Amino acid sequence: MIHISKRDDISFAKAWGIRIIAVLLSLVVCAVVIIALTRLNPVEVYKAIFDGAVGTKRRSWATIRDAAILLCIAVALTPAFKMRFWNIGAEGQVLMGGVLTAFFMINFAGKLPAPVLFAAMIVSSMAAGLVWGLIPAVFKAFWNTNETLFTLMLNYVAMQITTFCIVFWENPVGSNTVGIINSKSKIGWLPPLFGLTYGWNVVMILAVTLAMHIYLKYSKQGYEIAVVGESEKTARYVGISVKKVIMRTMAISGALCGLAGFILVSGSGHTISTSTAGGRGFTAIIVAWLSKFNAGAMILVSFFLVFMQKGAMQIASQFKLNENASDIITGIILFFILGSEFFINYQVKMAGKHKEG
Amino acid sequence: METGVNAIELKHITKRFGKVVANDGVNLSVRRGEILSILGENGSGKTTLMNMISGIYFPDEGQIFVDGKEVVIRSPKDSFDLGIGMIHQHFKLVDVLTAAENIILGLPGKEILDMQAVRSKIRELVDRYGFELDPDQKIYTMSVSQKQTVEIIKVLYRGANVLILDEPTAVLTPQETDKLFDVLRNMKKDGRSIIIITHKLHEVLALSDEVAVLRKGKYIGTVETKTATAESLTEMMVGKKVSLNIDRPEPVNPQKRLEIKGISCVNKEGITTLDKADFTAFSGEILGIAGVAGSGQKELLEAIAGLQPITEGTITYFPAEGGEEELSKMTTTQIRKLGVKLSFVPEDRLGMGLVGSMGMTDNMMLRGYQAGRRFFTDRKTPKSLAERIIQDLEVVTPGVSTPVRRLSGGNVQKVLVGREIASNPKVLMVAYPVRGLDINSSYTIYNLLNEQKKQGVAVLCVGEDLDVLLELCDKILVLCGGKVSGIVDARTTTKEAVGLLMTRNQRGEAGKE
Amino acid sequence: MGVLIIFLQKAITQGIGILYGALGEIITEKSGNLNLGIPGVMYMGGIAGLTGAFFYEKSVENPSGLVGMVIAFACAFLCAVLGGLIYSVLTISLRANQNVTGLALTTFGVGFGNFFGGSLSKLAGGVGQISVATTGNAFKTPIPGLSSIPVIGDVLFSYGFLTYLSIALAVILSFFLNKTRRGLNLRAVGENPGTADAAGINVTRYKYLATCLGCGIAGLGGLYFVMEYSGGTWTNNGFGDRGWLAIALVIFALWKPVNAIWGSILFGGLYILYLYIPGLGRSMQEIFKMLPYLVTIIVLIFTSFRKKREYQPPESLGLPYFREER
Repeated sequence: MIHISKRDDISFAKAWGIRIIAVLLSLVVCAVVIIALTRLNPVEVYKAIFDGAVGTKRRSWATIRDAAILLCIAVALTPAFKMRFWNIGAEGQVLMGGVLTAFFMINFAGKLPAPVLFAAMIVSSMAAGLVWGLIPAVFKAFWNTNETLFTLMLNYVAMQITTFCIVFWENPVGSNTVGIINSKSKIGWLPPLFGLTYGWNVVMILAVTLAMHIYLKYSKQGYEIAVVGESEKTARYVGISVKKVIMRTMAISGALCGLAGFILVSGSGHTISTSTAGGRGFTAIIVAWLSKFNAGAMILVSFFLVFMQKGAMQIASQFKLNENASDIITGIILFFILGSEFFINYQVKMAGKHKEG
Repeated sequence: METGVNAIELKHITKRFGKVVANDGVNLSVRRGEILSILGENGSGKTTLMNMISGIYFPDEGQIFVDGKEVVIRSPKDSFDLGIGMIHQHFKLVDVLTAAENIILGLPGKEILDMQAVRSKIRELVDRYGFELDPDQKIYTMSVSQKQTVEIIKVLYRGANVLILDEPTAVLTPQETDKLFDVLRNMKKDGRSIIIITHKLHEVLALSDEVAVLRKGKYIGTVETKTATAESLTEMMVGKKVSLNIDRPEPVNPQKRLEIKGISCVNKEGITTLDKADFTAFSGEILGIAGVAGSGQKELLEAIAGLQPITEGTITYFPAEGGEEELSKMTTTQIRKLGVKLSFVPEDRLGMGLVGSMGMTDNMMLRGYQAGRRFFTDRKTPKSLAERIIQDLEVVTPGVSTPVRRLSGGNVQKVLVGREIASNPKVLMVAYPVRGLDINSSYTIYNLLNEQKKQGVAVLCVGEDLDVLLELCDKILVLCGGKVSGIVDARTTTKEAVGLLMTRNQRGEAGKE
Repeated sequence: MGVLIIFLQKAITQGIGILYGALGEIITEKSGNLNLGIPGVMYMGGIAGLTGAFFYEKSVENPSGLVGMVIAFACAFLCAVLGGLIYSVLTISLRANQNVTGLALTTFGVGFGNFFGGSLSKLAGGVGQISVATTGNAFKTPIPGLSSIPVIGDVLFSYGFLTYLSIALAVILSFFLNKTRRGLNLRAVGENPGTADAAGINVTRYKYLATCLGCGIAGLGGLYFVMEYSGGTWTNNGFGDRGWLAIALVIFALWKPVNAIWGSILFGGLYILYLYIPGLGRSMQEIFKMLPYLVTIIVLIFTSFRKKREYQPPESLGLPYFREER
């Protein structure tokens, strides 16, 4: 007989010990998979992963850039999840932000002074994400419409809006892609900061992360989110308007996803396509969940996942595998971490004698 | 079936939960074709006892006999196989399925369902005992009494000869109760045995052949209903008054604080849970509210706190400064914003009054965190309040940030009451303030309430232990079936008098057959 | 007339793969599990079927279409069941969050499909070279005789066996859910696992079986795209967003398998409608492609307004279940 009971408390060290064991186990499994598929020495492969992620300065920056974006979206999702609102729609909210950013870059290049242009890009991208997040929240608040499915569907509506816009913006004509926007003039591109290409990205995202951390931990609104998430009954008992909190929180969540879209278009890709978000909206859900909404953990987890993805790309090119190996490896690691949460939350005991078995 | 044989017999059944003895050497028996009532106050161990027959708990000591043979019941399935079926207070039904589908759920049989056969078997049961039920009706469209019918038929369909009903009338209207009793009498005639848990005296007298009385886990005795009266049963149930030595300071300069006029509440199912209640609460007094569980206590307090809509009547608050405020038209937030100090310790401490996963500091913040225009929360004040409560009320906790869920029941209650008192209420409402608390914690709470009383607060205290209410309160309001059946002076009344008011139901007494 | 027939044919062709996904997800959701891993599972099924057929055709001198079909079918089903097993172990036994686990499974499954698809292409001699013509053709073989009837034959009988299997499956599932004892038990598990448990139903077993079988069925949707729709070839990310469309279809069909049949044809039709509306600019075409999702959202909103219980998702959908410890 196996006896499972909920743990009351687990020490910080023990919880992270279990997580680290899970990650190590997953790396062992990945190594086995790699050997099975390629018959390569896994140590060499892991060395290549390391090399691919942080082997050169350029690669390191690419890793940091992508990890930062992932972090930004995960941070944006955190308040919604903390409220127990399943926002699966980050992908769409990011895209909507990206589309608005691209709109200003393409149509107002040279017509507006840079600060105004940037302000317009940021405000409009956040507004677009906000609207995209607010729609399902309104329906959830008033009619209890299932938000998981609603936000999921909105992703694809956003994708079609993106392809709709691409038709007008395609460059060169007939390519069905937008290409690099303002590739010569670099208008609307986030400029380097302190000589670092992605300096602004990192600074903005760290600022957002810090602000969110403070918002959730120290503000009255953050406190309300926590109460609503824990118990709507308690929230009503003390007179918190649950509807208002749901809508306000999703507006914030959506707006920050929109901001991530701005950073992706203006600060990193300089183009827009349906794969601008590239599944990050979904991966970020996993990051936010695994990190238990802890900002520090989120930085670590997003860095680790991007690290493995970049590394897997490297092995793909180095050993002539294909680049999708990264998704398999990411998947395996995620399975292990998800499974490990059970051993953090529950105690498994092999019970001794049990009378009739 | 021959009658007169003991369908079920319990001998010296004892069950302990940790240090608490829930049942202490209980003996009971019910014959075939007989209805046995188990009578007792809340917490007297009635449900625990029945759960041992239905396989949910396993007794620590004692024997169970079914049809004269000793049996071991380890699971609900064992109980089923012995022909025992229990109808719990909380129905276990799947809402979107029909009655018939619920009835056959989980039963073995042919893979492809023959609903026609199921229906006709159900109809047969329905006709035999005089139920009213459409087998094809979906559960979610049913009233509580219809759902109960489904539960009873579910048990009969599985061939139960012994039916145990846990407070079946608590959720029924008087008319529905009459119908249920008719059905139960038909079953009795058919040779089935019925055990009914209740604390309503008139039902006991109207329905059962024998009455077994439990008090605080102890078996008091079994009497034939024929020889029993409401008075004799009440005495058995409540026992002699026990002296507790709780302080009761004299009220100083009582003033009208809260006036309730004819308020009523209706629940989701459309049943009246509070029926034209009238009373006045004075400052500097503790008004006890007594009644068997579910008599409208929860609704009464929630209505005053603005959490429960009322269908009629008025609730008026009279501030010490003069003037009056009608609370019945305000929401919780408005009531608080107007500065009307109502503090409310709900029954569901961790699910409603506190957030279990938060520490004491954050739980202190639930009240008053919105004060001021600052964007950020002020954690200093609640933290020092938390520390003060830890010190004043001797709360045992590792620290102010330990989730309150991890504290013991007594400490949780201290945290909650401490917080509610800290906001300097003018009216303090508490529901079951000492439920689950040990003696020492209980006295701490009594002292706190007296402290409030001395400061001129009007205290409303819903309780279940009459001994406590009789010593702590100045007046006792008794609720029965949602109606105020009396308001008595706690200093002069007797336990028996309050006990009778709790179970007195004009219709029930008149309708005694 | 001719255009209409072709449109209908194409709509059905588009719809069947989605139908498989939706049927698999319906049976999964009926057990209370919201499996967002269905898109990944469809990729897993597709590539496994293709790989099976590929190695069979390579190893035999004169491959038989029928044997190829059986091998592809079995591989697709089993591989998809494996995906379901990962999800089940994590969410049912280890009580991991269903949404997060599902999304991780989609990441894994799509990667799995594209990785092996790409590798297989390389084995076959270059991108786009992979082809299992014999098996692919076998899957595409229409019903002989009936398919040559004009109009009716074109609309109803011009498809491969997977199409008919999917429709039969929908009818069988509907019968299973509504008319059998196990179907009733399964519905109870998804609605109210506590009650089902009390009635003596093994909740864990039902959840495992429904989820794994559901994934197996969804995997056949992947097989359908690879074999009947693409004629036995692989393109990376070739399924596009059809996996999500399958989840949308579940909502649209209000969790009823028979509704999913016509729903899938409608979705298929909406998906390609833009090709058949004359004078549509390229930009407007993109707006039209939104329709299946918009329709689903409208259904979702409408059912939450109506609050009719029969139209709601299974009540315990997305929630973990374990018996309270005493």
